[in-house]
Amino acid sequence: MNMSALFFYLFAGIAVASAFMVIASRNPVHSVLFLILTFVNAAGLFILIGAEFLAMILIVVYVGAVAVLFLFVVMMLDVDFVELRQGFLQYLPIGALVGLVFLAELVLVFGSWSFGTGVTGAVAQATPAVSNTVAIGRVLYTDYLYFFQAAGLVLLVAMIGAIVLTLRHRENVKRQSIPVQNARTKAMAMDVVKVPSGKGL
Amino acid sequence: MVIGLSHYLTVAAILFTLGTLGIFLNRKNVIVILMSVELILLSVNINLVAFSVFLGNITGQIFALFVLTVAAAEAAIGLAILVVFFRNRGSIAVEDINTMKG
Repeated sequence: MNMSALFFYLFAGIAVASAFMVIASRNPVHSVLFLILTFVNAAGLFILIGAEFLAMILIVVYVGAVAVLFLFVVMMLDVDFVELRQGFLQYLPIGALVGLVFLAELVLVFGSWSFGTGVTGAVAQATPAVSNTVAIGRVLYTDYLYFFQAAGLVLLVAMIGAIVLTLRHRENVKRQSIPVQNARTKAMAMDVVKVPSGKGL
Repeated sequence: MVIGLSHYLTVAAILFTLGTLGIFLNRKNVIVILMSVELILLSVNINLVAFSVFLGNITGQIFALFVLTVAAAEAAIGLAILVVFFRNRGSIAVEDINTMKG
């Protein structure tokens, strides 16, 4: 067994095991941490197969942004997660049945499937002189430019939507108002009182 | 032993099945359901990248990039809805979400 096969089974085994722990662990914080482990191992698989750019994007986007977002939300919400675990075993039989049927179908499809005779010769061979990132950039910014712009638009809409959803204006909270502060004059700010001697105010 | 396309497709199929199983098992916990959706999208990405590399065509990786973008947007919006729902109702149990009687 050569090194690449060894690393493939290492990455794939850890990815599958931690994906199982994502759905099986009792604490959602542990689920998020196992999700991070799954994504890191999937990035390892991508590097092994020769898609380095996507592996780095996977680590930056998922481990750096999405998983941390999950972690924040899980820790911010004060939820009784033990209560949410009720009914886990109740749904296990139907879930396992659906999962097994689905996996069997996928195995049947993959077992009987092969490339058509003309396919492997017809597709363009990747040029080995160009690195993966350069190859992606050459296609992404020319043929798929509009899709790239649309992806940016999707992210913009998602960002604005998340802010609009979660931003709330609370009443009865003292806030700093800079124009009001700047408009204050000496007459508004202080009041000179003549106190007669010998008497109180 | 040569690692071929079918090995990667098998890993992706197992991850996809685990994702669907997670949606079934954690029927009450929206956060774990969102994480299961992320697992499913990851398995789709593995499929796209494996086909892209073994067919020698870079387009699959471009599509994996777009899937990644949409997955990130979906996670952000989903978690924002979750936070707002928790703020209004004080619970994230799925069976409590019946205001719209859908």
